[in-house]
Amino acid sequence: MAEENVLITMRDIVKTFPGVIALDHAQLTLRKGEIHALMGENGAGKSTIIKCLTGVYHRDSGEVHMEGVEGNIFNRNTMDAQNIGIATVYQEVNLCPNLSVAENLFIGREPRTAIRTIDWRKMNKQAQKLMDDLDIQVDVTQTLENYSIAIQQMIAIARAVDMECKALILDEPTSSLDDKEVEKLFKLMRQLKAKGVGIIFVTHFLEQVYEVCDRITVMRNGTFVGEYKIEELPRVKLVAAMLGKDVDDLAAIEKSEIDPKKAETLLTAKGLSHKGTIHPFDFEIEKGEVVGLAGLLGSGRSELVRCLYGADLAQTGTETIDGKELKIKNPLDSIKAGMAYLPDDRKADGCIAGLSVRENIIIALQARYGLFKKIPMSKQIEIADKYIKELNVKTASRETLLGQLSGGNQQKVILGRWLATNPKLLILDEPTRGIDIGTKTEIQKKVIELAKKGMSVIFISSELDEMIRTCTRMLIMRDGKKVGELTSSETELTQGVIMNAIAGGEK
Amino acid sequence: MKETWEKIRKSPLFLPIVSMVLVLLINLFKDAGFFAIGINNGIISGRLIDVLNRGSEIAILAVGMTLVVAVSAGTDISVGSVMALAACGCCSLLAGYGVTSVTELKYPMIVGMLFGVLLGAVCGGFNGFLVAKMKIQPMVATLILFTAARAIGLLVNANMIVYIRYKPYSYLGNFIPGCPLPTPIFAAIVVIAVVALFLRNTAMGTFIQAVGINSRAARIAGINSTVICWSCYLVCGICAGIAGIVASSRIYSADSANIGLNYEMDAILSVALGGNSLGGGKFNLAGSVIGAYTIQAITTTLLAMGVSTDQAPVVKAIIVVLIVVIQSPIFKEWMAARKAKKVSAGKEITA
Repeated sequence: MAEENVLITMRDIVKTFPGVIALDHAQLTLRKGEIHALMGENGAGKSTIIKCLTGVYHRDSGEVHMEGVEGNIFNRNTMDAQNIGIATVYQEVNLCPNLSVAENLFIGREPRTAIRTIDWRKMNKQAQKLMDDLDIQVDVTQTLENYSIAIQQMIAIARAVDMECKALILDEPTSSLDDKEVEKLFKLMRQLKAKGVGIIFVTHFLEQVYEVCDRITVMRNGTFVGEYKIEELPRVKLVAAMLGKDVDDLAAIEKSEIDPKKAETLLTAKGLSHKGTIHPFDFEIEKGEVVGLAGLLGSGRSELVRCLYGADLAQTGTETIDGKELKIKNPLDSIKAGMAYLPDDRKADGCIAGLSVRENIIIALQARYGLFKKIPMSKQIEIADKYIKELNVKTASRETLLGQLSGGNQQKVILGRWLATNPKLLILDEPTRGIDIGTKTEIQKKVIELAKKGMSVIFISSELDEMIRTCTRMLIMRDGKKVGELTSSETELTQGVIMNAIAGGEK
Repeated sequence: MKETWEKIRKSPLFLPIVSMVLVLLINLFKDAGFFAIGINNGIISGRLIDVLNRGSEIAILAVGMTLVVAVSAGTDISVGSVMALAACGCCSLLAGYGVTSVTELKYPMIVGMLFGVLLGAVCGGFNGFLVAKMKIQPMVATLILFTAARAIGLLVNANMIVYIRYKPYSYLGNFIPGCPLPTPIFAAIVVIAVVALFLRNTAMGTFIQAVGINSRAARIAGINSTVICWSCYLVCGICAGIAGIVASSRIYSADSANIGLNYEMDAILSVALGGNSLGGGKFNLAGSVIGAYTIQAITTTLLAMGVSTDQAPVVKAIIVVLIVVIQSPIFKEWMAARKAKKVSAGKEITA
């Protein structure tokens, strides 16, 4: 390596899983004091190469070198990696929710008193100082679960930072943060960069890459595509490199417009509410309409749809579908009424990781049929194969466990689960979070295609441009209330208009 | 050929069966008489038949326990006590309260037996209510009946051992005249078959696994997680009730202090030996059943070798530790790594 400043080099990394080559001679070079984006579609091998570095997976072959460490490094576990200064923050927060913030920060390396017991006062003081330095407002003696996922993520990063790492790996840290929090995180990243820490940043948000990164490594199908300086690689080229083809222009998607004369109401809700999460609201959706719910994280978008679907039971109000009143006591009632709900928390509410792809696809339909009308195996296979093909799910076979698929493919399987029930109303809460551009486009196209066939869709996304592309009407949410409505026929839906409405400015 | 072997080796039943064969092999070397099967007085006898016979209660319990473990990642530790309660309830009803020995029954025998099973179902339902509805940890929830059921049984029996000296009552636990095989074997087969057929012909198996893996996601997908979880505990209670009646019929009496004593441990062990994760989710009923008979085979072997009943648990513990370790993922990984090393070492030598 003639180049100076190199912190970590990974060369010719090969990693196979049964039946799949996850990494095929992949490489990565991280320099001191740079923020290095690692980009690629789902299943491109981003997470795998990182896990090979941090010792979660053991590579089959290849070399890893790090400045200041002799020879070819082979980390057996994450502890080894930490010891040589590689810290990682994963997409899903890996902390203990039942312990205090301070305990989480110092777990495994608690300050001790003279008689080797934990020095709680010192620990809490140090923890508070660390939090204050990073401008994270928390009480370190509170248990972690009292804080939002975003704050938990910041704490996880703070923990990594405090361990004096030389290299910090952030695996999709921003997927659950809102803009302000992302800004804070970037500030933190720049501080670390100035200190000479090398940061590997995995994300699906292109904007963020161009805002904060210095270099980009692109991966595709487990192979190394190239390493670029940020100024050398405009967005379009980046996307093309990731997909391996020119971008199928997103703007080409045509919205499903409804002829107001033919409009038929599918679902109406009056005065629906759930105590503590959402104030009473009215809601109406036409057949074939795509309605977006816009608002900040925690504005009540998810809570509104959970209430509609009966994931959280509504305490007041009425709901009718096709003019018939509904009595929803649990999600099954909603499914029977023709609703489908793709939850935003894929891991907790969506994935049944230990079941196969086939079982995950048929399960909602089976639930609708009931316990005693088992879908015959041949039919199950037929349904599973249909949606694997239709949604282009990348899986070794239909009997592969869902947990072994990448995030985007898991999401497609869960979408398939709902499409299999042939719903009248499809509720999608953040269907594109944490998944790659190619899949995002596919999902958006699918939504519009379904709407054109007469399915009504409620679409929630933190990315406004996605909603602008797909929705014909948008409801604006703030503090658990519906505060406004924008229709594409009245005003042109642009980011500015919507953000203004979300922020509570004049319409 | 190699492929078939690979397929067999990957089957979830492979290790449970190997464990069973291992236990039987010990016998083959020690005393081949273990496998001898003879016919005396029109009854087939032999140690193997003995294993099948004596293992019936554990096998019946293992069926219910498998479902409970799968759905709630917890265990029902009350089954042994519930067995005793079911036996006491049955005998007390048939003999009449406060009567210690009868030759004629107050009610038809079947009524008493069904009442015993019903008591088991009530206990299972109660456990299920605490776990599924009140979200109490399974261990704590079933601890209540673990302590109480045996005592309630004694209460029902008016502090006595109740004897039913009515011949047909002993049929279920011993022999039906004219039939060469012990009846408990049939009882176990019926229970296993009914549950297995139910799982096969309904979506229950998938639902139980879904709830066991992620009950929140299962609920969103339209499965009533609470009811599914509750019904598994109910089935477990019914199984305990049936096992209790079989055990009572063996000794044609209801001895609250001894019926089903420590059986919960054997039942839980059967599930583990069957290759099922005690962490819930995926389950394999056949594995648990094989596990149950393996445990009984160990017990019978030890008794046959003349190990005293007091010391038998020590040897049993050692064997069980070995079997569980062999099936653990860590051990499997370690073996795979060793094998890979050997292969690569072999290659180097040839090169």
